Amino acid sequence: MDAGIRFRIIKDRIFLGAVILFSFMLLLPLLLILYYIVVNGIGVINWEFLTSLPRPMGEMGGGIINSMVGTLMLVIVASLFAIPPGVFAGIYLAENKTGKLVNTVRMCVEILQGIPSIVIGIIAYAWIVVTMGTFSALSGGVALAIMMLPVIVRSTEETMKLIPDTLREASLALGVPYSRTVLKVIVPAGVTGILTGVLLGIARIAGETAPLLFTAFGSPFMNTNIFKPVDSLPLLIFNYATSPYPHWHNLAWGASFVLVVFVLGINFFAKMVARRWKVQF
Amino acid sequence: MESSVLTIEDFCAHFSGNQVVNDVSMNVEDKKVTALMGPSGCGKTTLLRCINRMHELIPGTGVSGTMKLHDDDLYSLNPIVVRKKIGMVFQRPNPFPTMSIYDNVIAGYTLNGIRIKRSEKDRIVEDALKKAALWNEVKERLHRKGSFLSGGQQQRLCIARALAMNPDIMLMDEPTSALDPKATAHIEELITALKKNVTILLVTHNIAQAGRVSDFTAFMYLGDLVEFGTTEKLFTVPEDKRTEEYLSGKFG
Repeated sequence: MDAGIRFRIIKDRIFLGAVILFSFMLLLPLLLILYYIVVNGIGVINWEFLTSLPRPMGEMGGGIINSMVGTLMLVIVASLFAIPPGVFAGIYLAENKTGKLVNTVRMCVEILQGIPSIVIGIIAYAWIVVTMGTFSALSGGVALAIMMLPVIVRSTEETMKLIPDTLREASLALGVPYSRTVLKVIVPAGVTGILTGVLLGIARIAGETAPLLFTAFGSPFMNTNIFKPVDSLPLLIFNYATSPYPHWHNLAWGASFVLVVFVLGINFFAKMVARRWKVQF
Repeated sequence: MESSVLTIEDFCAHFSGNQVVNDVSMNVEDKKVTALMGPSGCGKTTLLRCINRMHELIPGTGVSGTMKLHDDDLYSLNPIVVRKKIGMVFQRPNPFPTMSIYDNVIAGYTLNGIRIKRSEKDRIVEDALKKAALWNEVKERLHRKGSFLSGGQQQRLCIARALAMNPDIMLMDEPTSALDPKATAHIEELITALKKNVTILLVTHNIAQAGRVSDFTAFMYLGDLVEFGTTEKLFTVPEDKRTEEYLSGKFG
């Protein structure tokens, strides 16, 4: 064979090898994180850990049920605040390509996405905690809702843009008013995309710590009142991991395991939703 | 003397300053097929979309002149009312992908929030599908999604959806341009059969198609209505030189 061609083939192989190597390196951090969390966390998981309240300092055992309930409450409050405006703003942006208000909204969403989470926490503190005079699940939920909003707006907009215009025309040509066309034809056609965006938004905020430090605040007790402070998994991990007690460190590993399983579960569920319910145009 | 369903008088349309339809006057006879033909960009689709006011979806459009459906001025009615009276079939089949075949046909009622009895719905669906020559192919799977049908079947489903509303007139915007020759022939047969019950205005860039299916033909060129008359006359003894040249393939 020609030496030039052989050289090219070798160069090709090296390039392919490099691509595979770097792709694998991308996997490495995730695998290491999962490995550490499983190794350190799984031993802590038992029935008591998942169903009981934390014990006072110095006592062994205890669980994280209050944090799991707290995280769930925060996610629900955040979703209630973020999903309706997020979905509607996304529809608005997709339906109107240009215009002063559209461009302003789009820019605001981009900026909102870039605001550090701690700053959002401070804002929620100033708006709600100071006004109401107490830390609360509500204020934490609002802070998380602000973080979730851009994710939902963008994913809704991207989904809506993929829906062919002909579908909207089909509905309008039947004399269906615009509002019904959007709600009964366009949104159902894009519901998988919207749902996937919502789930990814939830996965994104479930692990947020910074905005909760001075809003949800944390609490060692079981609380289901949204006007009182609640604990959340990331807050608990932060508090336990920075404590000097080895037993609490173990509990933090266990809580990390639960949190990672929760977030990965939502991610897998989102993928499944996207595949299963895909609408064929 | 035949009665006309739609009367268009001195109608002009423009998109952001460009005149697209220029002073068109014509009428569409009851229970006949009227073809609008002409080369690409001649304004035939625009004229069609002005009839059920779909052009209003695009910002920067303006119209003048009058359009009357029977005795109603289309431009003094609400577009929602207009579109319920006028059915439309598009270039590409566009059944609602989230709905079953049955729900697609009845969509004009359900989406508009018109409540009717189950038995009445069944009757409307069966009737519309039979008129659209689709009933025998889909009666076994009415409650399956419409997007699994072939292109030609989907287009007939869209025709059934428009027919279910019992429109005064059906607008068809190049309904066969996305279909293969066999499906096209099927749709053309269907159009011929439909005119017993429905008035049809068909836009086509296919001269042969206009010749095969229509009773009246209007030839448009650069926004002007060049000639309008019975298909027989227009195809055999055209009055205008441009019509003759277009028919003999000298341009377009």
